[in-house]
Amino acid sequence: MSDPQADQGALAVEMRGIVKRFPGVVANNGVDFDLRAGEVHALLGENGAGKSTLMNVLAGLYRPDAGEVRLLGKPAEFRSPRDAIAAGLGMVHQHFALVPTQTVTENILLGLHQPRFRLDAGRYDDEIADLAGRHGLAVDPRARIWQLSVGEQQRVEILKMLYRGARILILDEPTAVLAPQEAADLFRTLRSMVADGASVVFISHKLGEVTQIADRVTVMRRGMVTAAGVPIAGTTTSGLARLMVGREILETIDRTSFAPGPVVLAMRDVEADGDRGLPALRGISLDVRTGEILGVAGVAGNGQSELAQVLTGLRRCSRGSVTVSGVEIGNRTPRDAIIQHVAHVPEDRTGVGTAPNLSVADNLIMKIYREAPVSTRWSIDMGAVRRFANRLREKYSIAAPSVDTQARLLSGGNLQRLILAREIASEPKLMVAVQPTRGLDVGAIGTVHRLLLDQRAAGAATILLSEDIDEVLALADRVAVMYEGRVVGLFDAADADVAEIGLLMTGGGASTAVVPVVVPGVA
Amino acid sequence: MTTTSPVRLPARGSRLPWSLRLERRLAVPRWLPVATTAGAIIVALAISGLILWIAGGDPVAIFVHIIGSSFGSLGVLSDTLVKATPLILTGLACALAFRMRLWNIGAEGQFLMGAWGASAVVLIPIVPAGTPSIVTIPLMMVAAMAAGAVYGAIPGFLKAVRGVNEIIVTLMLNYVALFWLSYWVFGPWSEGGFQLSRPFPPEAWLPRLSDAAGAVPDFAGLTVHLGLAFGLVAAVIIRFFIFRSRRGYEIRLIGDSPKAARYAGIDVTRNTIVVFAISGALAGLAGMSEVAGVVHRLQQAISPGYGFTAIIVAYIAKLHPYGVIVASIAFGALILAGREIQPSGIPAMIQGIILFSLIASEVFLRYQIRLERREA
Repeated sequence: MSDPQADQGALAVEMRGIVKRFPGVVANNGVDFDLRAGEVHALLGENGAGKSTLMNVLAGLYRPDAGEVRLLGKPAEFRSPRDAIAAGLGMVHQHFALVPTQTVTENILLGLHQPRFRLDAGRYDDEIADLAGRHGLAVDPRARIWQLSVGEQQRVEILKMLYRGARILILDEPTAVLAPQEAADLFRTLRSMVADGASVVFISHKLGEVTQIADRVTVMRRGMVTAAGVPIAGTTTSGLARLMVGREILETIDRTSFAPGPVVLAMRDVEADGDRGLPALRGISLDVRTGEILGVAGVAGNGQSELAQVLTGLRRCSRGSVTVSGVEIGNRTPRDAIIQHVAHVPEDRTGVGTAPNLSVADNLIMKIYREAPVSTRWSIDMGAVRRFANRLREKYSIAAPSVDTQARLLSGGNLQRLILAREIASEPKLMVAVQPTRGLDVGAIGTVHRLLLDQRAAGAATILLSEDIDEVLALADRVAVMYEGRVVGLFDAADADVAEIGLLMTGGGASTAVVPVVVPGVA
Repeated sequence: MTTTSPVRLPARGSRLPWSLRLERRLAVPRWLPVATTAGAIIVALAISGLILWIAGGDPVAIFVHIIGSSFGSLGVLSDTLVKATPLILTGLACALAFRMRLWNIGAEGQFLMGAWGASAVVLIPIVPAGTPSIVTIPLMMVAAMAAGAVYGAIPGFLKAVRGVNEIIVTLMLNYVALFWLSYWVFGPWSEGGFQLSRPFPPEAWLPRLSDAAGAVPDFAGLTVHLGLAFGLVAAVIIRFFIFRSRRGYEIRLIGDSPKAARYAGIDVTRNTIVVFAISGALAGLAGMSEVAGVVHRLQQAISPGYGFTAIIVAYIAKLHPYGVIVASIAFGALILAGREIQPSGIPAMIQGIILFSLIASEVFLRYQIRLERREA
C-alpha cells in the first residue's frame, strides 16, 4: 500500500498475490487485498470478476493455488470455514447454508459445541432474539427456515456469524435480497459493528450502495484488481463503473411512450395463505393492460412471492378471482396458466426456474415441450430441440459451451438470460417477473431491462415484482405498493414519489388503515 | 463480542504430514463416471480378494473359477444370461423409478405378483388347456404386467396423494406379496399338498434356444429363453422413453427438481402413479419370464432376491437402461457362481463390497480431492 492512509488503521486482513484456478478459468490472478480494522471495504465487480472466489479463499472455503493471507499481521491458513470462524472471520454467502426444516435457533446453534446434549430451546431463543434485537435484525427465533422469506433467511445467516463472535464479516452481495428499507437497516447494523471495531467486507456490484456504505473500495475485473483500496470519497459512480465493466454504463433506460391496450390480467379481491398458513394476500385487486408494466414495490415478505405464485397457478387462493383475457386461472394448475400464455420469471432461479442438472436445451424447452415442432404426441424430436435451443442461445447470448451443458454451470446472468429466453419464446400475454435482476451484474441487468421493455413494446402485460425501487420506477408505467398482503398505494410511475413509496412499503401510515384500492383508469 | 480475537490456527489431532481436502467439482468430465465405476469395481475385487486370502483361499484362483463357471462355455454363458434376464427387467423397473427419485424397493414384491398373475392365466385357468402359445404367452405377459402395475401403483398412489413414504410401503408390500403367493401355492393351486403348483402346460412355456436344437445342433441344452428378448427390448424402449419421450422428459425434470417441474406445469402427482405403475409392470414381467421361462410352475422359491439385487444393478448402471443390461449380466454371473463356490456366501459378499465401493466412489464425482502437506 503506497497511500499514507494505510497507517491509520491496523490491517485486519492482508491478502497478497492470491491465485485461484478452476478448470478452464483463472478466477483470481495475483490479487492483493487489504482490510483495515474498523472499516467497511467494498469489493466491487461484475458477476464472474472473482470477488466471491477471493472471499471464499479468505473464509477458508477454497485453498489458494498461490499467495498469502495474513490476519492481524500473522500468517493465517484456514483449512475450513470452521478455522476461519474460530479466528473471528465469518462469511455470509449468497446461497444460504440453512436447514429448511429446523428453526432459526437450531440453525444458529448447528455445529457449535454448546449446547452439548439437551437443547434448552427457550433460553437460546431468548438469547438469539436479544442478539437480533441489538443489531436490528428482526427475525423470529422459533420460525422454521422454510417459512422465512429470502431476506429473513439472510438475517439468520448474519446472526449465525455474529453469534459465533465474528469480528470480520464478509457479506457476499447482501443487499441483493433486501428491500431498500431492509438495506438501510443492514447498513445501520454494519455501521454500529464497525464503530465497535469490527471490519466488514462488502461484496457488491451496486455502485450506489457501495458509495453509500463503504469507506474504501477495491474493484475487480476478470480476476484482477483494477482499483485497490481507493477511499470512497475520491471516487465517482461513473468512474467506478468504468473500472468495473471497462465501459460506460448507460444509466438511463430508453423506453417507448406508454400506450396501454385492453386489460389482460384482472385480479379481484384475491386472498391466499402463505406457507405458514397465515393470510399472505388480503384482498388484492389489480389490473394490468397490454403494453403496460405494473411495478409492485414492497419489502420482502409482504406477499409479493405469494402474489406471483397465485398468478402462475403455483398457489391456491382462498377467495377472489384471477383472470387472464377473461379466462379464470385462479385456483387452477400451473399448466392452465401456461396455456393462457402466462410467463413467469421466478424469484428462485436455481430451485424453481431451472433444473440444475439438466442441460441448457432441456431447460429451454420446459414451457414448450408439449408443442410442435419440439414434440409430437409422444416423443420429443431431439433435432428440433437442439435447433430451438441453439436459436435461443444465439439470440439471447446465453454464454454456455453448448446446449448440452448442465444449467448449474451457468453464471447467474446467463441463467437469467436462459429463463427470459424461454419465457419470451412462449409468447407471453402476461409476464410475471419476480426480482428479475437480483444478484446480476450491470451488463446482465441492462439485458433483462431491455428484454422486459421489448415485451412491453410487443404488447405483453407485465407485472414486475421487485424490491429495487429504482428499478421499479425506471421500468414501470404504474407502481403498486404492497404491505402486509395488501396494496397500500397505486401510482402512475411518472407522478410517483420515492419518499412516499418508501413510507408506504414500510407501513408508514398504512399499517392499520386499509387503503381503498381504486381500480385504475389509466389512459 | 470481545474487541480482539486471537488468530487461532488449526491444531488438529492428526499427526500425519499431509491432509486430504475436498473441493466441490464444478463440472464432471464425461469419462469420469465410467472411470470411477470401473475403479470402484477393481477396488471391490481387491478387497474381496484380500478377504478370501485371509480366509485361506487363493483369490486369483477363485476369481478365475468364477469367470470360468459363468462365461467359460456356451452352456454356462447361457445359464448366466438366464440369471441375468429377471435382473434386467427388475433393474429397469428400479432405474426408471429412481430416475424420478421414487425409491421403489418393492420390485421383489411386484416380481412375485407378476409371477402370480402369469400363473393365474394357466392355473385358474383363464384360457383352457391346449390354447396355442401365441395366445397363452401374450395373455400371461399382459396379466403379469397388469398385476405388477397395480401392485406398483399402490405405493405410487399413497405417495402422490397422501405423501406416504414409498420406501416403507414398497418394502412392506414385498412381504404381503410373498404371503399372497404362499397362500396360493399352499392352498388353491397346491399340487397334492406340496407347496408348488402343477406344472404349466407346454404352451405356457417360453421358447428356449434348445428348442431349436433340431436346426442348430449347438443350441442343444441352452436354457436361454425368450424372456431375455423381453429384457433387451424393454431396455431399448425404456431408453427411448426416458430420453426421447415427453413423459420421459417430465420424469427427468421431476427427478432433478420437483419445484421446477411444477413450475413447468407438470402434474407430479399423476407422474408419480404412472411411473410406479410402469416400474411395477416391468418387475411383473420379470416374474412372468421366470415362471414361464425357467420354473414352469408357480412355487414359493422363485426368486433369490432378484428384486433386491435389482436395486444394486440399477445403481451400478447409473440408472441407464443399457447399463442395466451389462450390470445384470455381471450379477447373473455372480449368482451363478454361487452354485460353484463354497461357501455360497462369497458371491453375495462380493456383491455387497461392490455396492459399498460404488457408493463410496460417488465422492469422486462430486468433489476434487487434494492432498496437502501439513506445515510444520
